[in-house]
Amino acid sequence: MNHLVPVLASLTLVAAATSAGAQAVVPAQSEISFVSKQMGVPVEGKFKKWTAQIALDPKKPEAGKVSFVIDTASAGFGAAETDAEVPKAAWFNVAKFPQASFTSTAVRATGPGKFEVAGQLAIKGSTQNVVVPVTVAQSGANSTATGAFTIKRLDFKIGEGEWADTSMVANEVQVKFKLALTGLAPL
Amino acid sequence: MPTRYSTPAIALHWLLALLIIGSLGIGIYMTGLSMSPTRLKLYNWHKWAGVTILLLSAARLLWRLTHQPPADPPMPAWQAQAAHAAHWLLYALFFAVPLVGWAYSSAAGFPIVWFGVLPLPDFVSPDKALAEAIKPWHGRLAYLLAAVVVLHVAAALKHQFVDRDGLLLRMLPQRGA
Repeated sequence: MNHLVPVLASLTLVAAATSAGAQAVVPAQSEISFVSKQMGVPVEGKFKKWTAQIALDPKKPEAGKVSFVIDTASAGFGAAETDAEVPKAAWFNVAKFPQASFTSTAVRATGPGKFEVAGQLAIKGSTQNVVVPVTVAQSGANSTATGAFTIKRLDFKIGEGEWADTSMVANEVQVKFKLALTGLAPL
Repeated sequence: MPTRYSTPAIALHWLLALLIIGSLGIGIYMTGLSMSPTRLKLYNWHKWAGVTILLLSAARLLWRLTHQPPADPPMPAWQAQAAHAAHWLLYALFFAVPLVGWAYSSAAGFPIVWFGVLPLPDFVSPDKALAEAIKPWHGRLAYLLAAVVVLHVAAALKHQFVDRDGLLLRMLPQRGA
């Protein structure tokens, strides 16, 4: 009987670790991209380097925490002329602001497999509150979280000076993500 | 046989002349610019003009095939043959240059939105290697078009000022009309 106590205690710990523990992101199957409209032309770019910390129990989303750190230098559209501009002071100003971040402040469930993550998005020295809708699909031990939200680039001074003209580059930028997760408890 | 081109043929000829020479000029100028809103604007204008040229050329070709052009003034047979060959080469390039440009834009991942309003379908799927392979051909064909246009203009001027055979009048709007 005495032996059972530590066993039970450790079982409880394991259970706690699985339900509230951090989930791992599978980088090769995950993607953070953005769509900017230039004279009406949608152009998709990607952030190639970023890290995420996700701790979510789908049964208790209120206790969940999500945070991202994104290397602004890793942003690109895949076209050399455009990619050379992205790190410059008028755009991400990578030299002064090498990282952008998102830190959740509240997570709530909005439906089966659907969540709303409110948080603070910090880019180029400006911080804005955003609400990000997330849809989670599960297949066995693997989960995929997808979603999209729209930000206004000028709120973050992305595209200054001659580039502030929204008739050339639209103010609205759609941010999209697909995250492959392991270790997420069943929905 | 008519003595001059029909009014729609004349209108399309001069409208396309303006669009094509304008697009060639913008095309040569814009590629040398560093990234700026001006460059972005010119690239889009160039693409809009290219799609417009494509559509107007289709209309023009249909008109040309269904309407009798005026007779050639007297000239050596080789000159008439060369002129007709140059005309059909011009028509081929009116389609080839914009189509290859459109394919390049699609392959490079920049879909064309005509006049910033009408999104056009992607000609080929985005593919960086393919874009690089297509890119020089748009330029080569455009320079070939420019060369044939120069030849075409030079021949017209020769007829006007050397032969003085009134050939150019066939393509000018009728005076007092």
